[in-house]
Amino acid sequence: MEQLLDVQNLKIQFRTGEGKLSPVRDISFQVHKGETLCIVGESGCGKSITSLSLMGLLPANGEIAEESFIKLDSDELTGKSQDELRKLRGNRMSMIFQEPMTALNPVFTVGYQLREPLYIHQKLSRKEANQKAVELLDKVGIPDPKKRVKQYPHELSGGMRQRVMIAMALACKPSLLIADEPTTALDVTIQAQILDLIEDLKQEMDMGIIFVTHDMGVVAEIADRVMVMYAGEVVEIGEVEEIFNHPKHPYTQGLLASVPNVEDDEHTLESIPGTLPNVNEKIEGCRFHPRCPLATEQCRKQAPPIFHVNENHTSKCWLQEEANINDKSTTTS
Amino acid sequence: MLGLIVRRFFQLLILLIGISLIVFMSMHLAPGDPAAIIGGPTASESDMEAIREDLGLNKPVLVQYFDYMKGVVQGDLGYSYQTNQAVTAAIITRFPNTFNLAIASMIVAVVIGVIAGIISAIKQNSWFDLSSTTIALAGISIPNFWLGSMLILVFSVTLGWLPVGGLNAPFYTLEGMKQLILPAITLGTASAAMIARMSRSTMLEVVRSDYIRTARAKGVKEKSVIWLHALRNAMIPVITVIGVNFGSLLGGTIITEQVFAINGIGRLMIDGIASRDFPVVQGTVLLVAALFVIVNLIVDIVYAMVDPRISYE
Ligand SMILES: Nc1ncnc2c1ncn2[C@@H]1O[C@H](COP(=O)(O)OP(=O)(O)OP(=O)(O)O)[C@@H](O)[C@H]1O
Ligand SMILES: [Mg+2]
Repeated sequence: MEQLLDVQNLKIQFRTGEGKLSPVRDISFQVHKGETLCIVGESGCGKSITSLSLMGLLPANGEIAEESFIKLDSDELTGKSQDELRKLRGNRMSMIFQEPMTALNPVFTVGYQLREPLYIHQKLSRKEANQKAVELLDKVGIPDPKKRVKQYPHELSGGMRQRVMIAMALACKPSLLIADEPTTALDVTIQAQILDLIEDLKQEMDMGIIFVTHDMGVVAEIADRVMVMYAGEVVEIGEVEEIFNHPKHPYTQGLLASVPNVEDDEHTLESIPGTLPNVNEKIEGCRFHPRCPLATEQCRKQAPPIFHVNENHTSKCWLQEEANINDKSTTTS
Repeated sequence: MLGLIVRRFFQLLILLIGISLIVFMSMHLAPGDPAAIIGGPTASESDMEAIREDLGLNKPVLVQYFDYMKGVVQGDLGYSYQTNQAVTAAIITRFPNTFNLAIASMIVAVVIGVIAGIISAIKQNSWFDLSSTTIALAGISIPNFWLGSMLILVFSVTLGWLPVGGLNAPFYTLEGMKQLILPAITLGTASAAMIARMSRSTMLEVVRSDYIRTARAKGVKEKSVIWLHALRNAMIPVITVIGVNFGSLLGGTIITEQVFAINGIGRLMIDGIASRDFPVVQGTVLLVAALFVIVNLIVDIVYAMVDPRISYE
C-alpha cells in the first residue's frame, strides 16, 4: 500500500504556568492510502493533541518541536507556514470532532458552512458550490438536501449534524481524514450508521483515516491497524487482528481485558489498576512500569526502545526483547 | 417579525399611558405651584386664581389628565406655561440636536467598543489589552460632566481645535461634525467602555468554541475566522448591552447638553422641571420613553437577524 502520512519523532510542547510540558513525545507512525488507523488509549494520553498537531491546529500555547517530521504525500508539513498549512486544511486533510452539537457555527446555514471550503480551496462560484453542497448532503445520507442546505444547525439532530460535518470535511476530497471520537456523543444506532458511512466513503475516495476512539468495539469494526498510546507515547502498533489476538504490550493486554465480552459470560472485567501519570511527572524507566503487573528491575531503571514483533507490529516493552531473543534461540537451535 | 412589531406597538401604547399617568400625577402632587411661578412674586391670590382658571389647574387632576391625553392623541402636547409656545413645536425644533447627539455617541460607542473589545480578546494580555481594559474601567467610572469639561478644556480652550459648545450647523457639514465630536465622545465613552468589556469577554469565550476550531479545520483564513465566524456569535450578547446602553445614553444627553450648551430635549426638560412647566416636562418625558421602547424594538429585530435560533413566532 502506498504511504500517505509519515510521522517521525513527533513531540508536542506546551508553554504553561508550570513551564514547558511535552504531553506527547517521540511518536512515529505511518498511514497508508485507503487504510484506517485507530488510535486508542486512556483519556488524557494525547490522542487529540496528536491529531490536532497534524492539522496545525494546536492551541495557541502549543507547538511541534524542532526535531519532529511530518510528511503528507510528498509534502513536508513541518516547516510549512501557517498559511500554507491553512491551504491544506479542509482540502487535502480534514478533521471531524467529537461534539456534533457544538461543532457547527450556530449563526450560519448548513449550506453556507458546506460551501465555505469549496469557495476557499476550489474557488467555485456560489451556484456551483450550492449545487455541490446539495450533492454532498445527499451523499452522506441526509434526506431532502435541498431543504436542509437552507436550515441552521439547531434545526438538525446530532446524527444529522455529524453527517453535515462529514460532508464538510469531505467536500474537497481530502486524502487524509482525521476523526477524533466522532461517534462518542451519539447513541448506538446512529453511531453504527455513521461508522458505515465513513467506511463507505473511505472505499469510494481511497482516503487514509486516522480514527481516535475509546471504544474497542469500534476499533474491531473499522480498524485496519491500531496504535495504542500511553501517557504521550506509542506503546504498540500493529494490524488489528494482531492487536486483538496477540497483544504484546502489557498495557494493550490490560486495555483488551477491560472490554466487556458479549460472547463470553464468564469473562470478568479487569480494569488496569492505577491511573495515568501526570504530564510533568518524572518517571524513571518505562512510563507504564508503576502500573505494570509484569514490571522487572530493568523496567524501573531504563525506558524500553521500540522492538519489532514482526514487520508490521512493534511493541515498546522489554518483554519483547526477551521474546525476540527466545525466538531467535528456538529458530537457530 | 410583523407580529413582534404589532405586539411591541401595543406595549408601547400601554407603557406611554402608564408613564404619562405617573408623570402627570407626580408633577401635580409635587410641591410648587406653577401659578405662583408664572404670576411672579407680586401676583395676588386672585391673579393666581385667574391663572389657574386659565390653565385648567383648578379642575380635578384626573379630568386634567383626560383633557391632556385627548390632545396627545392628536399630537397636541399642550402649551408651555413659560413661553406659551406649543410643546410639540418646541420638541420638533430641538429633537434633531438630541437625536444627532445620541446617534453620534452610539456610533462612537459601538465602533470603539466593539473593535477595542475584539482586539483585546484576540491579543489577550498584550499591552493593547492591558491598556484598553484599564481605559475601559476608567471610562465607566468617569462622570460625564467632568469628562466633558476636561475635553473642552483641552481641545477647545487650550488647543482651540474644536468649538466650546453649541450645535447649530447640520451634522453633515464640517462645522457640524466639529461641534458634535466632543459631546459624542463625552456621552459615548461610558457605553464604549461597557461594550468593549462585554465584547472582550464574549469574544474570549467564542474563540475557544468548537465551531471556531471547525472553521480553522476547513481552512478559513484567520481574518474571516475572527471577523466573520467569531464576531457574529460574539455580537449576540453585545447587542443587548448596546440596547440597554442606549437607554442610559438618552438619560445622559441631559447632562451633556448642559455641558456643551446644546439646545436639545434634555435642556428643554431640565428647564421645564425647574420652572414647573408641566406640559413641557410631560411632553419630553413621553418622548424619551417612546424612544426607549422603539430602540428596544430595534434591538429585538437585530437580535433575531443575527441569531437564527431566536424566533418571535
Ligand atoms: N493547551 C494545553 N496546554 C497544556 N496542556 C495541554 C493543553 N491541551 C492539552 N494538554 C494536555 O495534553 C494531554 C493530552 O490531551 P488530549 O486532549 O490529547 O488527550 P486525549 O487522549 O484526547 O483524551 P480524551 O480521550 O479525554 O479526549 C493532557 O494531559 C492535557 O492536560
Ligand atoms: Mg480527546
